[in-house]
Amino acid sequence: MAKIVAITGNEAVANALRQVNPDVCAAYPITPQTDMMQRFSSFVSDGKVKTELILVESEHSAMSSCVGASAGGGRVITATSSQGLALMWEILYIASGMRLPIVMPVVNRALSAPLNIHGDHSDAMGARDTGWIQLWSENAQEAYDNTIQAFRIGEHMDIRLPVMVCLDGFIISHSIERISCLEDEEVSEFVRDFSNLIPLLDIGRPVSYGPLILPDYYMEFRRAQAEVSTKVSKVVLDVAEEYERISGRTYGLFEEYRLDDAEIGIVILNSAAGTSKDVVDAFREKGIRAGLLKPRLYRPFPYREFGEALRNLKAVCVLDRADAFGGSFGPVYLDIATSLYPYKERPVLINKIFGLGGRDYLPEHAELVLNELVEIAGKGTVKNYKEYVGVRE
Amino acid sequence: MKLRNWKEVTPGAVITEAGSSVKFKTGSWRSFKPIWKEENCIQCLFCWIYCPDMAVKVGDGKREEFDYDYCKGCGICALECPGKKGNKAIIMVEEGK
Repeated sequence: MAKIVAITGNEAVANALRQVNPDVCAAYPITPQTDMMQRFSSFVSDGKVKTELILVESEHSAMSSCVGASAGGGRVITATSSQGLALMWEILYIASGMRLPIVMPVVNRALSAPLNIHGDHSDAMGARDTGWIQLWSENAQEAYDNTIQAFRIGEHMDIRLPVMVCLDGFIISHSIERISCLEDEEVSEFVRDFSNLIPLLDIGRPVSYGPLILPDYYMEFRRAQAEVSTKVSKVVLDVAEEYERISGRTYGLFEEYRLDDAEIGIVILNSAAGTSKDVVDAFREKGIRAGLLKPRLYRPFPYREFGEALRNLKAVCVLDRADAFGGSFGPVYLDIATSLYPYKERPVLINKIFGLGGRDYLPEHAELVLNELVEIAGKGTVKNYKEYVGVRE
Repeated sequence: MKLRNWKEVTPGAVITEAGSSVKFKTGSWRSFKPIWKEENCIQCLFCWIYCPDMAVKVGDGKREEFDYDYCKGCGICALECPGKKGNKAIIMVEEGK
């Protein structure tokens, strides 16, 4: 029996982690994640979980502890935001390269400088090629559901990769929403027991983690890791199907909103997708065939499926809540453009950068974008392929 | 030894065979070579203790010749060697000289 509760995004994810009851948690507080790990540490001190909580002096140490604990054989979690994720940088690659299925909620926040604590996607976008799986969440419900599914995805025998669960700082982490939680037993039954295939702490069968791999073997290990990436989509869909059976909620690689017969469309991640859907509805009421695509599995990027979903539209705008400085376009734009490139007939693709450092994304911004797409679809000409929206010019 | 392809390597580069470092011969890295001068050796075995690899062989509690397959030429043994009456029992000689 599901329980309906009114809680914040942080509380929802902390609750999911309590229900999973991991073996080890090593975390360092950082806004806007702090409240999530604070709640989880209360579960530890109140005996609600059997988790060993390791207090560390930095995020670099947090991720290093997670690597050790996961290699040791435990089910391991941490959580972070912004500068904290940036400080974990080198260890992120070690976690994925060693194939350790650590689960880490990332409460998305802007990067310094200028110092800013509010929501944007620069942190997780910077870590998009670290070999971690990334699941993105529109609201507290999705963050809760993605957290539980993340364990089954990362720990799947064909995968064994760490997973980030992304949710928007403050907008989702600190806002109270109505969400439906599963029973504790349902979650523990769903995530099952975890065992590392080759645990470091099995003294009867000694193994070495992290050896030096020279040019004669390094490429073989990287090629093997690249192969694992190709298997993630199927596992994500299988886990989603199983999760639907206990939750009644449907998940895929992405969400298609009124996209079937759409001529113009928006691609947008996380909470801003909710705002955009309302505006898509308003355009539909005016008889304009607008639609929306919200990525869920962003890494590994299921480019074939994205290409198929968008190829028949006339004009598409990818909205990025992060810029890729020195690159040509925002990170999501680049992936979508790559997905569409193989098709001879493909939509005109434009890019908007929005909502940096917690700048509000308003319905009028979505209207602006959709109106521009209507014009592009009609005339076929584009004024600017990349622009900032919601900025003072 | 036949090199394995990418489908045959262990996930995460974990080494599942204990003691396999014996197969990894690092002697070719060396540019300086330690030479043992038995006449100056007091059998303190500091070289055996300090060697970070397994290049110093000991048999029956006595020092034996270097195993150059595992000596990278770091020179720690020569540095630590107390020698006899001011004369080192290990000296470093440039390879190829």
